[in-house]
Amino acid sequence: MNRGASWFNVTSVVLGFAFLYLPILILIIFSFNESRLVTVWAGFSTKWYVELFRNEGLMNAAWVTARVAFVSASIATVLGTLAAIALVRFGRFHGRTLFSGMVYAPLVMPEVITGLSLLLLFVAINFDRGFWTVVIAHITFSMCFVAVVVQSRLVTFDASVEEAAMDLGCPPAKTFFIITLPIILPAVISGWMLAFTLSLDDLVIASFTTGPGATTLPMKIYSQVRLGVTPEINAVCTILIALVTIGVVSASLVTKRQEVERKRAEAAAVRADEPELA
Amino acid sequence: MAEHHDRSGRRLVLLVPYLWLLVFFLVPFLIVLKISFSQIAVAMPPYTPTFSLSQGWDGFVAAFRQLSFDNYVWLTEDDLYIRSYLSSVWIAFVSTIITLLVGYPVAYGMARAPSQWRATLLMLVILPFWTSFLIRVYAWIGILKPEGLLTVVLQTIGLLSPDEQVRILNTTTAVYIGIVYSYLPFMVLPLYSALEKMDASLLEAAEDLGCHPLKAFWVITFPLSLPGVIAGCFLVFIPAVGEFVIPDLLGGSGTLMIGKTLWSEFFNNRDWPVSSAVAVILLAVLIIPIVLFQRAQQRAQEREAG
Repeated sequence: MNRGASWFNVTSVVLGFAFLYLPILILIIFSFNESRLVTVWAGFSTKWYVELFRNEGLMNAAWVTARVAFVSASIATVLGTLAAIALVRFGRFHGRTLFSGMVYAPLVMPEVITGLSLLLLFVAINFDRGFWTVVIAHITFSMCFVAVVVQSRLVTFDASVEEAAMDLGCPPAKTFFIITLPIILPAVISGWMLAFTLSLDDLVIASFTTGPGATTLPMKIYSQVRLGVTPEINAVCTILIALVTIGVVSASLVTKRQEVERKRAEAAAVRADEPELA
Repeated sequence: MAEHHDRSGRRLVLLVPYLWLLVFFLVPFLIVLKISFSQIAVAMPPYTPTFSLSQGWDGFVAAFRQLSFDNYVWLTEDDLYIRSYLSSVWIAFVSTIITLLVGYPVAYGMARAPSQWRATLLMLVILPFWTSFLIRVYAWIGILKPEGLLTVVLQTIGLLSPDEQVRILNTTTAVYIGIVYSYLPFMVLPLYSALEKMDASLLEAAEDLGCHPLKAFWVITFPLSLPGVIAGCFLVFIPAVGEFVIPDLLGGSGTLMIGKTLWSEFFNNRDWPVSSAVAVILLAVLIIPIVLFQRAQQRAQEREAG
């Protein structure tokens, strides 16, 4: 749709974005506040950040969270990509309805249910709760997000390229690594990032499935937030927001450049083909 | 041989995620279902009976006989649970409508923006979704609390006298604000992708034929954006029904939501069987919207694949 924007359109977009961003901006601004009061501005200060790095409990939780997010995002990316390939390329197979149901349902499943059910599983099989149970729980729900992201890339690219390679005798596994993977790589990377941030953010599922010694940052933040708004929490949140923003913006710049290069390569390939066609 | 090799490779690609989801997604539900028929016990795990393979078939049958509907009967007897379910569904429904009303003009404006702007606008919508849910809810506490920023601003511009304070935090209004705010990107994205695909010449044709722009919107734009509306509403409604963080941090004791009830039943009362029964009913309430959502997703995917 391209009909030029009216005043109404501009206003609604501006108001919508103001609504989305003002609360976050306010939170960031007050993390640099000298005063402990979160509503009165008393001058610029970075003392809450300094205090933060002295807070050992918080630092430990941050380290646990980063490890959980890294491990679970990596495994979830592999599983989610496999699931996407199965859904897009395998046509109708036995149990497809159940499989696609299990892929889509976790996207909207209330976290309290996922958390409770996984905890009950771990208790039933007598699995010690801690780092790995949180990792397993995070893999389970984030692999479905990866599957959806990769799937949307797979459906838009032409399967005949893969078929051509296999007709020429390339084994399926090799075809995947030299043809399919490079094409879907941007989606796989953004799937990994999505899984990473989902894990980083999760409070509810981690609270259910965690055990001694595996307190994550959101759990730590949550227990402090219940006691009230403090500048330290604002500082933690600001750091998290900054990290995520840098990650997302740089990733989108990289994919954009890849896209441009790919288009150029395709155009060049088409030009090279033309004399033969004529 | 190559064919055989190909097949086993395919099977592996499917089997690994399939088994993972069976073991860690489907089986846990069956366990929840089983425990919802069990009794609370002072033990670890805190419920009885527990099935164990060492007792053989007779042990299994004996344990099976102990299962009962008591927890479900309990859920109907204490009206706390029924009120929680109803108020969750109501709050989620109202929030979904508000999110649609807020999100539609934003998505519409984005779809009409100059094309070189759209990628940036799209990223700006997605970005808050990447920042922690908890942080975004927390940000509102500082704004909505009685001595918070909203009070200060309203007092400064004179809408509120200096001795008055806004009373929004710990009310259902705060929960609505929290849900609309947190789930807005989920509404805007499907709406935008539906509106962006629309052919502008349809509206031009309607206008040329003397159709009023508002009527053209209702007759052409809105029906064509319906898949986006449906997807967005499901993406907001379903998780909002089971929401825990928002009612817990922004709502007060008067705001009943089933996610919160389940949480306190589990963590405060340590009653695993009753929290399992609550979860089973919650899933039963949501199963129809979840199945509808899945169908819509599948159809959309098939359309895209051609």
